[in-house]
Amino acid sequence: MARSKKTPGLNASSMADIAFLMLIFFLMTSTMNVDTGIMRILPPPLPEDIEVPDINKRNIMNVLISSQDRLLVNRKPGDIKTLKNDVIEFMSIHPNDPNYPEVTSRDVPLLGKVPTSKGIISLKNARGTSYEMYIKVQDELASAFKELRNKLSMEHFGKKYSDLIDEEQINAIEKALPVRVSEAEPVNIGGN
Amino acid sequence: MSRFKKGLSKETPEISTSSMPDIIFMLLFFFMVTTVMRETEMIVNVTAPIAENVQKLEKKSLVSYIYIGQPREEKLGTESRIQLDDAFANVGNIREFIAKEREARDEADRPFLVTSLKVDSDTKMGVVSDVKQELRKVGAFKINYSTRKKVVRK
Repeated sequence: MARSKKTPGLNASSMADIAFLMLIFFLMTSTMNVDTGIMRILPPPLPEDIEVPDINKRNIMNVLISSQDRLLVNRKPGDIKTLKNDVIEFMSIHPNDPNYPEVTSRDVPLLGKVPTSKGIISLKNARGTSYEMYIKVQDELASAFKELRNKLSMEHFGKKYSDLIDEEQINAIEKALPVRVSEAEPVNIGGN
Repeated sequence: MSRFKKGLSKETPEISTSSMPDIIFMLLFFFMVTTVMRETEMIVNVTAPIAENVQKLEKKSLVSYIYIGQPREEKLGTESRIQLDDAFANVGNIREFIAKEREARDEADRPFLVTSLKVDSDTKMGVVSDVKQELRKVGAFKINYSTRKKVVRK
């Protein structure tokens, strides 16, 4: 008689506790680290019977890291502090100067004909080189190329390369100034 | 006078907690969405080197990791070892590993796979070179040297 036909309301007071439990679980397990790193693209393997193409000597800048973590730039002792400026100078455009790499002009969308250096940075390391030093050198090379790209971007778009938003502009700069770092076949020098 | 006094009780009113579950749920969903569960247990120590010019690794689902560093267990020596998934591995295992990683991804995504090399800064380049040579042979050309970002103090 006294029974009401309504279903009784569900007691929801423990919901907060359940939600808290789950929240704490996800708080503990979540890792919010963003992975960062230096992107590189490895060259495809060389077929064994192919002859290594002869590249003009003036187009190559040899950077060698010895097993004692010392730098040799073009067979002369180098310094990590000056490496960036050396690379920038090497890769800048110096037409008709036999001491610098050859210059060709390339058609790049948005930019038109752009003179590009044929220079290549050849990075070699010994087996005993420490990874830390190798990354330091890679970082210096990356910052050298970043600076060159910033310069080119300033000339054409009035903006730094790192501030460019338009995908086409970014692609144009990347095409005009590719990161030409050759991670050469490892040489067994200096032992372990 | 009593008419005015009636409504003003001196006790502070209780704060309604009925919206607390909603707030907690919101937090919960935020963490559920952002959380990335660590899939592998580290058996080598990796302290990534510091670099300035770093790029963010986007699309985590397309990244496969290779760890190189000193084993955590001291009795295994101090020589750098390669860790793939949950176990120690040799350079020869990389081919298998990459094939497995490719198999696990959608066919359309396979060309965009990135291999992230998480290498300890004390490692010698010999091992890293071997791994790189193997990756070249297998055709996993896109690599990422994992580094920490240098904090620039001004």
